[in-house]
Amino acid sequence: MWREGESSLEKYYNMKAWQLRKMLERREVSASEVLASVLARVEETEETVRAYITLTGDDARKAAEETDLAYRRNEAPGRVAGIPMAVKDVLCTHGIRTTCGSLILKDFVPVYNATVVNTLRREGLTMVGKANMDEFAMGSSTENSAFGPTRNPWDLDRVPGGSSGGSAAAVAAGEAVWALGSDTGGSIRQPASFCGLVGMKPTYGLISRYGLVAFASSLDQIGPITRDVKDCAMLLSLIAGHDPKDSTSLSVDIPDYEEACRGDIKGLKVGVPIELMQEGLTPGVKEAIENSLRLLRELGAEVKEASLPNLDYALSAYYIIAPAEASSNLARYDGVRYGFRAEGAQDIMEMYGKTREQGFGAEVKRRIMLGTYALSAGYYEAYYGQAQKVRTLIVEDFRKAFDDFDVLVSPTAPTPAFRLGEKLEDPLAMYLSDVCTIPVNLAGIPAISIPCGLEDGLPVGLQIMGKVLDEAKLLRVAARIEEAIDFKAVPRLERGVQS
Amino acid sequence: MSEYEVVIGLEIHAELKTASKMFCGCDASFGGEPNSKTCPVCLGLPGVLPVLNRKAVELAIRLAVALDSRIAPNSIFHRKNYFYPDMPKNFQISQYDLPLAVGGHLDIDVQGEPFRVGITRVHMEEDTGKSLHASESGRIRGAEYSLEDFNRAGVPLVEIVSEPDIRTAEQARIFMQELRSILQHLEVSDGKMEEGSLRCDGNISLRPKGESEMGVKTEVKNMNSFRALYGALQYEIERQGDIISSGGRVVQETRHWDADGNATTPMRTKEYAFDYRYFPEPDLVPLEPDLTVKVDADIKAPSANMTFETLSPTITAINVEEIRNGMSELPAERRWRFSKEYGLPEYDANLLTSSKAMGDFFENTVRAGAPAKAVSNWMMGELSAYLNNMNVEIESITTSPQQLAQMIQLVDNAVISGKIAKSVIEEMLKTGKDAEEIVKEQGITQISDQEELERLIAEVIKENPESADDYRGGKEKALGFLVGQVMRKTGGRANPQLVNEMLKRSLEA
Repeated sequence: MWREGESSLEKYYNMKAWQLRKMLERREVSASEVLASVLARVEETEETVRAYITLTGDDARKAAEETDLAYRRNEAPGRVAGIPMAVKDVLCTHGIRTTCGSLILKDFVPVYNATVVNTLRREGLTMVGKANMDEFAMGSSTENSAFGPTRNPWDLDRVPGGSSGGSAAAVAAGEAVWALGSDTGGSIRQPASFCGLVGMKPTYGLISRYGLVAFASSLDQIGPITRDVKDCAMLLSLIAGHDPKDSTSLSVDIPDYEEACRGDIKGLKVGVPIELMQEGLTPGVKEAIENSLRLLRELGAEVKEASLPNLDYALSAYYIIAPAEASSNLARYDGVRYGFRAEGAQDIMEMYGKTREQGFGAEVKRRIMLGTYALSAGYYEAYYGQAQKVRTLIVEDFRKAFDDFDVLVSPTAPTPAFRLGEKLEDPLAMYLSDVCTIPVNLAGIPAISIPCGLEDGLPVGLQIMGKVLDEAKLLRVAARIEEAIDFKAVPRLERGVQS
Repeated sequence: MSEYEVVIGLEIHAELKTASKMFCGCDASFGGEPNSKTCPVCLGLPGVLPVLNRKAVELAIRLAVALDSRIAPNSIFHRKNYFYPDMPKNFQISQYDLPLAVGGHLDIDVQGEPFRVGITRVHMEEDTGKSLHASESGRIRGAEYSLEDFNRAGVPLVEIVSEPDIRTAEQARIFMQELRSILQHLEVSDGKMEEGSLRCDGNISLRPKGESEMGVKTEVKNMNSFRALYGALQYEIERQGDIISSGGRVVQETRHWDADGNATTPMRTKEYAFDYRYFPEPDLVPLEPDLTVKVDADIKAPSANMTFETLSPTITAINVEEIRNGMSELPAERRWRFSKEYGLPEYDANLLTSSKAMGDFFENTVRAGAPAKAVSNWMMGELSAYLNNMNVEIESITTSPQQLAQMIQLVDNAVISGKIAKSVIEEMLKTGKDAEEIVKEQGITQISDQEELERLIAEVIKENPESADDYRGGKEKALGFLVGQVMRKTGGRANPQLVNEMLKRSLEA
């Protein structure tokens, strides 16, 4: 019996959420057993992976006990009950510190829950911890965290991607079964790609942003990071929907996304934007994408080249708009009411200056300065105004493309996971890591990344983009390719995978 | 001075009379323990989002309609970025190049002459909190520490910008009074300058008569009473006039009205020179009021899951025509009606409509049964004098229209004389008591008892035989002396008309 218990501890943490839900419903396992398995895994691997900023084991144990109690009483325990989750530390959790990976919010404890957190609490959320991230979600490697970098479970010398690198690494390492991330320019999809997971950035407005600490308000969107498409659909079904507290939240009927995963994709029109298949792709990425296109054809889809010429300007527009909004969103961290306050200032201006100088990391300060400059009198039209026009052109490009195609596909990132420190000193190289994902945020459309192959032992992600509110179709396409690819590799938590 | 033309434009901020704040459900009322009316949203905590208050939009549209301003079919909110500790987000949600309404005008009456002041725009924005600086001056400079009260942070404001059409301080004052009256009549704002629910800044410049180019302007802040507005503008007119006449040049700057020193003083550049880096507020959707004239009132009610007065992007059905139809009478309309319906002279009608509360008090007193002209006389006389002396608004007195009507009735029924009534109303206003109660307490009922008067008259004639003879001999003047003697004996409580007649009869008998 003992040995059996021990071996079951080993297996639960690596299962999919839908599998666990089924087992929980059949009383084949208890929520506490599932959690124990995950917490044991955290115990074992967290020291090397560093996926979390704050561990909330006690909170999770309480939730698991409540779930077990509900099952014993034959009550419905909530639809995520007993399935351990990592929550990106950019989502406000009542009474649990929320740092955004920043020194300036090191000890900040929210007095309210983000809407998604509230929703999931009602559904039995079992939260293992608050996941590491690039400071204020600004970065593509999770190296910009004031709490130190997270490592990629596929190769501990490499980054897990970012900014939701902690969320992705936690799921890949078995330190959580699934996770919530946020995506402003690729921050869910790129880490999902680097860590061999499924990650979705839904349509702007599908999920409430209330309680998501803002980076760039017109681009930010919360989404799931999971082990397969079905889990993604399951989590999305729960967190999508109108919230009166978010004026940009859409008031639409939410389809049953799990149901939407069924059905074939015969006759599906697939476009491949040439602008996203240009130089910078590694051979392995190119090969994995081409393989995916071949599988799509075999599944009955029509695959053609597409052209969205304005995507060439997406990165430039993004690095005006996102920092501009960020410069304003981050103005509130001034040491006056909460968070870090620098010592020794003689007056208010000096207090602002010192607090922000010491409280923010280099990348955040870089973007605040970029954004402040772009909005300044005399430069506004040339930068912000121009960037908004480009954004409109990109929206138009996508709109036209979706007249001809059901979905568009591309690599999620031009390369697999890069080494820690490799791009830290070269912001532009780092920014290019999001070249394929950024246009999606600018257009407000949904996109999903699924694992589609390996390059030298490192996962490669395929990005599938759809038109506004076409998540159901994206999930169906993703589910069919997922079956066809049959990605079976698992991370081994070793160093130097690529010799 | 006469060779110069004065050019004044005003910027007025009025707090909108909503139950909750502009972007959250917090209580928007004045006062309260510091920071007791706050929540994560108005405190600007990380992660919060604004949701626009529907009622605030409706009130602002009401004002725009009254000013004949064109409601924009699509207006948006902007962020105005600057750092100040009383601003929780370090930006203010305001409107910039696409305001709620543009154009319009306000007609005022300047000493019997109609005068039209153009309106540039009407827009909405949120109020800031309040800093309390622990320094001698009460200013942030040199303060040991500062405390912040965010009860006002996020209270909805409407800003009205006038065209530079105003030419005198007097016109500015009348414009402001008329605007306040409109705000109050439409229940858009309390319009209390003392509590800061109505504030005024002004731009002022001088130019040679006939010149169309603008002169160098100064911006004057802190004109927070009608007296301050008049005083500050008058001061600036003279100050700038002196500078120009003596060959100097006016410096473009912001000046602060110091009511105690009776002067404007320059504010340090640092206190106001900001690059606000306006950009569209990404957390709010465009405001798109329905401008069509609706045949059917099929306006959608806010959905059930929404609390407070919030507006969601899916419920944009704010219909301007509906707001227009639901609007109460404007001061100008009321003035006209007062003249026509109650036969009041223009002067009376003007004064009684100077504030909504005055007009309401008048009509309620008339409704309680008092004759309109008498009510008007008492309100413009004793009541106004009392308000002026005590420096209070009519809203704050305890005497009710019913009580005033009752007092007027006592005069009409000759229970008290008009002269006595003046002291009675004074007592009423001071104590809040009924007129009847005061009359009873002080025993000041008018003596109309003829027998009592006959007795007193006989006494007076007996005591003053010479005067009686003088009257009988044809000296009419002597009668006045005798009447006075009777009044003295009654302590002024006799009806003088009656005494007069009875004396005549006795002497001529």
